[in-house]
Amino acid sequence: MAISDVTEYTHLSEEDVEQLGRELDAIRAEIEESRNAEDAAYINKLIRFQRGLAAGGRVAMLASAHTKAGRPALVAGAAMLGIAKILENMEIGHNVMHGQWDWMNDPEIHSSNWEWDTAQPAEQWKHSHNYVHHQFTNVLGHDNDIGYGILRMAREQKWHPANLGQPVYNALLASLFQWGVALHDLDLERIRKGEKDPKEMKRQLRQIVTKGRNQILKDYVVYPALSGRQWRSTMKANATANVARNLWSYVIIFCGHFPDGALHFTEEELEDETRAEWYLRQMLGSANFEGGRTLHVLSGSLGYQIEHHLFPDLPSNRYPEIAVKVRALCEKYDIPYTIGPLHRQYGQALRTIMKLSVPNSWTSSDQPEPPSPVRDRRRKSDAERPSRRPELGGWSRGRSA
Amino acid sequence: MTISTVPWGRVRRAGSKLTTPLHPDDYLRLLNPLWTSRELRGRVEKVVPETDDAATLVIRPGWGWRWDHRPGQYIGIGIPVDGKFQWRSYSVSSPTKQRGRTLAITVRAMPEGKLSSHLVNGLEPGTIVRLASPEGDFTLPDPPPARMLFLVGGSGITPVMSMLRTLDRRGAFGEGGPDVVLHYSSPTPERMIFRDELLRLEEQHAGLRLHQQHTDTDGMLDLADLDAICPDWRERETWACGPAPMLDAIVEHYDRAGLEDRLHVERFSLELGGDGGEGGTLTFRNSGKKVEVDGATTVLEAGEQAGVGMPYGCRMGICHTCTVTLVSGTVRDLRNGDEYAQPNEQVQTCVTAAVGDCTLDI
Repeated sequence: MAISDVTEYTHLSEEDVEQLGRELDAIRAEIEESRNAEDAAYINKLIRFQRGLAAGGRVAMLASAHTKAGRPALVAGAAMLGIAKILENMEIGHNVMHGQWDWMNDPEIHSSNWEWDTAQPAEQWKHSHNYVHHQFTNVLGHDNDIGYGILRMAREQKWHPANLGQPVYNALLASLFQWGVALHDLDLERIRKGEKDPKEMKRQLRQIVTKGRNQILKDYVVYPALSGRQWRSTMKANATANVARNLWSYVIIFCGHFPDGALHFTEEELEDETRAEWYLRQMLGSANFEGGRTLHVLSGSLGYQIEHHLFPDLPSNRYPEIAVKVRALCEKYDIPYTIGPLHRQYGQALRTIMKLSVPNSWTSSDQPEPPSPVRDRRRKSDAERPSRRPELGGWSRGRSA
Repeated sequence: MTISTVPWGRVRRAGSKLTTPLHPDDYLRLLNPLWTSRELRGRVEKVVPETDDAATLVIRPGWGWRWDHRPGQYIGIGIPVDGKFQWRSYSVSSPTKQRGRTLAITVRAMPEGKLSSHLVNGLEPGTIVRLASPEGDFTLPDPPPARMLFLVGGSGITPVMSMLRTLDRRGAFGEGGPDVVLHYSSPTPERMIFRDELLRLEEQHAGLRLHQQHTDTDGMLDLADLDAICPDWRERETWACGPAPMLDAIVEHYDRAGLEDRLHVERFSLELGGDGGEGGTLTFRNSGKKVEVDGATTVLEAGEQAGVGMPYGCRMGICHTCTVTLVSGTVRDLRNGDEYAQPNEQVQTCVTAAVGDCTLDI
């Protein structure tokens, strides 16, 4: 995984990059303009379906405990609950918290107060994911999603003997994914280095404990208790649903930025980055996977990871049509558009986890070469670069002044 | 009188252990859309035409409605238009009740008013609408003053109708009850909302006198005529509701007479910022801070300058961490010039700036 500097990596001139940015802005404007009742019906219907499925699953399990229907009802209930949890976390919760549906002006489906069916409190997710991950995507040292603080995912990260355990850590992360995510915003690395504000840490921990306790009570105490003598099978069924959701979301998320072709960047890239360069970094740092409509809905539309990273707050049901346009732009500007079947994308991520558990010199890089001859260009100094779009707020102004 | 013996609050709290992180209501509303108090909802039971361009919507509120509106207050009604909830406020026209099944609002379709036309002509019985709790100080005191005057123009009759119906319902118009004079301006008799009911009320009650003025033929109300219409107007508690020019004239008339304390006014249309310029005073409601801003400073920056603990994230309009509720006023999205002006709208503070005075819920 080559660390590269976006504009130097590609053959694009500065004007090309800015033009690409304008074309992407135009796609965003077009979608924003055309959001309508059909989009609203999509999310409303999906939420109704998901809640019906969750309630149906719970009822089926309770029925299996108190009637002779027995095993088939229990299995069906667990499956329904598992799918309901997957839908809630992926296509509904994740996307609502991104603000994809804020435009509807409906407080019940709004990023500011959505709480999802997983251990991590929504507030912490919005910070660690919406802000840190989406703003600093794939920038080493800034984006904690590169290996979640426990896996070495880039050749540029220093190897440590502890990395030999990666295959084991990976398996643990996959099966306990919701708990890994729950601790994500605590930022284990900063805690290790003693940089974390203890007051803030205490507040976050309290939030996590409260939310986690309610989640555990629900699945492992309350519903089993309602199942009477069959409490053990209800508990097992709930655990199965939770683990299935963990494994599935883990696989989907690892397909987003770790297949070959998704690039990592260094801190210098952030310096005085323009909006267009930010777009370019999102495109080069993300990977899509192919699949039918059902697969895409079950994966929270993250098979359109590139489109999602370009426009994280546009409604997910519009990503397929956005993808057609983004792909055309990639061809026009000769930029790679990383995509493949789900099993191949995950296979590549898994291979990287295995390879990087040992020192670099033992393995070779799988990162493809740049698509066309690189233009020899000196990196511009800050003074020579165009300033950020001035309308983006004081943060950008403060840095580029 | 308390009827409920079931401790519903406790039942629902216990239920939430089953549905966490959601609320039981989030599931119950799948069975009946009114079985939720997460957001106030109502079902349109009937749409009763009043005139060619006005209709009364009879609404049955769902769980959580408190039945505590005072006669003269207005409620918010929200309906999705092109997928987006649009909110408007309308006076309640039905009398107040302690408990009950329905309440009514009366809406006149405004020319250019997409939403009001939809409410009058396009709303099917059975439609679920969002509701906002009653608000407003344009209300009838309890007990009512001995002598009252209502000066009404057009659809300004709706809050007054709620007051008159409440008086009627309580039997307050009888012996020793208040003496009420109602002046009602309307272009033609046909355009008069509630005309038949008002005539009937006048016939039934000696304490109510109705003065109609049809402005197409009689011209607008000239306040110099007030001495003739209601000679003792100076001694009456007065409520005025109608078009802005009429209200402006009434306010001026009462000011000149030194009787501004006697006058209660309800305005339906919002006053736009006088100079039409950008910027204004931002008020942060919860922290009680205020700051003057220009039209180029984002709401987020302004809040930070004022020392408000604004939530923020990317500061470029993508992460929605900074979203805050705009209680009143207008903000403009600096990226595309879109304006957001609905009460209680969620706005991204990092990319919006004030257009006139604004109040934010933080």
